[in-house]
Amino acid sequence: MRVRGGSRQGISMADEASIDTLGVTGEGVRRRDFINIAAVSFAGVGGAAVILPLVSQMAPSADVLAQSSTEIDISAIQAGQAIKAVFRKQPVFIRNLKPEEIKAADDIDASTLRDPQTLEERTKEGKTNWLITMGVCTHLGCVPLGAGEGEVKGEFGGYFCPCHGSHYDTAARIRKGPAPKNLEVPEYSFISDTVVKIG
Amino acid sequence: MSYTWAQEYKPGNGLTQWLDEKLPLPRFVFNAVGAGYPVPRNLNYMWNFGVLAGFCLVLQIVTGVILAMHYAANAGVAFDSVEHIMRDVNWGWMMRYAHANGASAFFVVVYLHIFRGFFYSSYKAPREMIWLLGVTIFLLMMATAFMGYVLPWGQMSFWGAKVITGLFGAIPLVGEPIQIWLLGGFAPDNAALNRFFSLHFLLPFVIAGVIILHIWALHIPGSSNPTGVEVKTESDTVPFHPYYTAKDGFGLGIFLLIYCAILFFAPNALGHPDNYIPANPLSTPAHIVPEWYFYPFYAILRAFTYDFFFIPAKLMGVLAMFGSILVWFFLPWLDTSPVRSGHYRPLFRKFFWFGLIPTMAVLFYCGGAPAAEPYVMISQLASIYYFAHFLIILPLVSSIEKPEPLPFSITEGVLGKDESAVLNAQPTAA
Amino acid sequence: MVRLFGPLVGLFFAVALLWSFGNGAYTAIKEPAAETAEHAFHLLPKDIKFASDGAFGKFDKAQLQRGFQVYKEVCSTCHSLKHVAFRDLAALGYSEAEVKAIAKQWGAKQPTFDVKSGERGERDNIASDHFPTVYYAGQGVPPDLSLITKARHDGGAYVASLLTGYQEQPAELLKKFPDAKTPDGLYYNPYFANLNLSMPAPIAGDGQVTYSDGTKATVDQMATDVSAFLIWTAEPKLDKRKQTGWAVLGFLLVATVLAYLAKKNIWADKH
Ligand code: HEM
Ligand code: FES
Repeated sequence: MRVRGGSRQGISMADEASIDTLGVTGEGVRRRDFINIAAVSFAGVGGAAVILPLVSQMAPSADVLAQSSTEIDISAIQAGQAIKAVFRKQPVFIRNLKPEEIKAADDIDASTLRDPQTLEERTKEGKTNWLITMGVCTHLGCVPLGAGEGEVKGEFGGYFCPCHGSHYDTAARIRKGPAPKNLEVPEYSFISDTVVKIG
Repeated sequence: MSYTWAQEYKPGNGLTQWLDEKLPLPRFVFNAVGAGYPVPRNLNYMWNFGVLAGFCLVLQIVTGVILAMHYAANAGVAFDSVEHIMRDVNWGWMMRYAHANGASAFFVVVYLHIFRGFFYSSYKAPREMIWLLGVTIFLLMMATAFMGYVLPWGQMSFWGAKVITGLFGAIPLVGEPIQIWLLGGFAPDNAALNRFFSLHFLLPFVIAGVIILHIWALHIPGSSNPTGVEVKTESDTVPFHPYYTAKDGFGLGIFLLIYCAILFFAPNALGHPDNYIPANPLSTPAHIVPEWYFYPFYAILRAFTYDFFFIPAKLMGVLAMFGSILVWFFLPWLDTSPVRSGHYRPLFRKFFWFGLIPTMAVLFYCGGAPAAEPYVMISQLASIYYFAHFLIILPLVSSIEKPEPLPFSITEGVLGKDESAVLNAQPTAA
Repeated sequence: MVRLFGPLVGLFFAVALLWSFGNGAYTAIKEPAAETAEHAFHLLPKDIKFASDGAFGKFDKAQLQRGFQVYKEVCSTCHSLKHVAFRDLAALGYSEAEVKAIAKQWGAKQPTFDVKSGERGERDNIASDHFPTVYYAGQGVPPDLSLITKARHDGGAYVASLLTGYQEQPAELLKKFPDAKTPDGLYYNPYFANLNLSMPAPIAGDGQVTYSDGTKATVDQMATDVSAFLIWTAEPKLDKRKQTGWAVLGFLLVATVLAYLAKKNIWADKH
């Protein structure tokens, strides 16, 4: 089928007759040309519509989306300890801060930081000792050290990402190294004093 | 080769000009399926199925690659992963039904394409190579579809794998080791499922390669046509584009209408309920049959029920089943009539319409029926005719038949005598 | 060569087939296959209609909820539904809170395994869980029901017929096939492929469940409702599939007509 403006070589003698009615002549489109154009356009629209499912099939499926919340029992975490939980197949750090660590975080003027945030802004009211963040380095996604027993906590006593050397402080804020942002605080809520629901 | 009057590709702008010098892909396409390919002007709708078969392959590859993104080839989870596709993956149900019914559509189209070849003797010189490559594609398709059907790991998948690999067990002496080697075990399990998945993924691309050869071979003599008279002059042909692109576009529309009606409204009509039962190595379904497109060959396989002298029935069945497709390879040399088209071959035509076609219909029916009387006896008679048709009747008919007079040229066939006389071409024997 | 060997090969196969045919015919006449009880007494499913039947059919959500209730109160003690997740029930019209409550209160629990202590335990279901496995110690293996209506010919009608098809073994059957007496512990049902199954009639009488929407719970009503529910569990995307189908067919119809007209235009001077 001939498309308007296509190369003339592709057109047989038989079709030559209709060429003089190309839109440029100002006569408008002849009926038979109109049908050809419409047919090709329909094919194009159909082809484009098929792309939609082909693309969206790669987006998270219903079961993946359904796993978007987890409930975690935090009763066993002593002050100064942290655990790694899993949320959306990614690590979450739940840390019970010691008073010294809270103080270390509060002693710093947040406005001087790369990603200015206070510990209060990063925790729930009355529960500033519970620091809950994603365990995903904001640089390129490695899991920082510091949540596990005996892991290095970096120069600022929080977390240290060994991949490219990002140091986070006791409020999991970026202090040194290539990461652009503080460790992300996921959406969560306390269902009770001992259970948090993430997501 | 092409006809001297074939249009030549002329790049339209700087970019295509540049491309034409570095990598003349547009020229290649232009000459293969564009205006540069002159095609007999009288092709009927039976000539649509080649393009449709190509479309089906693309359809299968696109939907297949997508399914493979979600499917897990492990006997423990394969069935569940298909259900995951059906329920949770966005549009997954559509992809899966499109692929399962796409396989059926592919076979419908290819069968019509092959039977077009039978009726118009498209396999005859100078097109033998096209035909040989075509039968090769058909065999590869059968292997691909068989292995694909194993993947969902339902009851039919499992028992199909077992029965079909069991065919190799019929080979004397080495049969059993071969079967165990094919399966990588004593019964179908993870090893078999994984290799079937790997090969099921690979073979369609091999098919794509053979299709390229098939079309390459086609472009040497050019397309045949319903009169079977070779092209003589320019007036016998039209450029593929826009004439046949338009006609194939319409054909594609009709095809898609039927295909989508089944896909969206009866997607399981061509499948077997048993394949929605997870594979159970300890219990065989009451009635195992392959997918419908294998029925005729399955009927031939089952038609051998008694040992023939020293040859076990099982081996006979396997030989005959493979033989029934392999005979197609020899058609160009079995049918020696100088006339191609069935339109001008009165006797051949009768055997085609009243012999081969009903026989195939009967074999299709019996292959899906239970292995019990009267179906077995009917398939035996039909199988006799099947082999006789290709191996005895065709050679005989081609030597005794008196063909009807052929039109002088394709143009005469289309427009009537007078006009073509003006064309003043040299008569040649068809 | 081909013309020499071809006919020989053809003859070979033809003769071998004739041999099989002759032997087969001989045996068929000498010892005709014996009639079996399954063959003589098996019945095809009753003609039962569902809201979801046909190209325009759609699920009736109220019926699906009733069917779910029957599944929950009657079938779920023995049959699992492993391909369905609690969250999927939202499609029957339950709110998120209702779905959570259904999951939490579900009788069978999710197994847990504590990797540290090695202890096995249980926890309540949550919405994202699939229906849990059901263990059954009695005779037979109750199949998972998620796909049952797709795993049988005419699935919905089959399930409904089976549920309402229990009966005494006909005297006529016993007279004709004295060996085919229903064994102890099995139950006669002509809709079951081999006539005897180990599931006793699960829906025993009217009013076995109490529908909250006031529908009268007759045996037929419950059987049809639960079958409708099982049509849904087997093909939850049915409505969406048909809806998409109509849009696609409509589009294709117009496109095909246009393609035909375009083809006619282009060929106008060649015929
Ligand atoms: C010649 C082309 C092809 C044919 C004839 C074919 C045929 C089949 C068939 C009959 C099935 C079983 C369908 C069912 O009942 O569920 C199947 C399944 C499958 N095929 Fe293919 N196929 C082709 C190409 C491909 C390609 C190129 C891929 C991947 C790149 C692929 C991937 C799959 C997968 C993952 C499944 C399992 C999912 C399912 O069962 O629905 N196929 N194929
Ligand atoms: S990913 Fe953590 S520093 Fe680069």
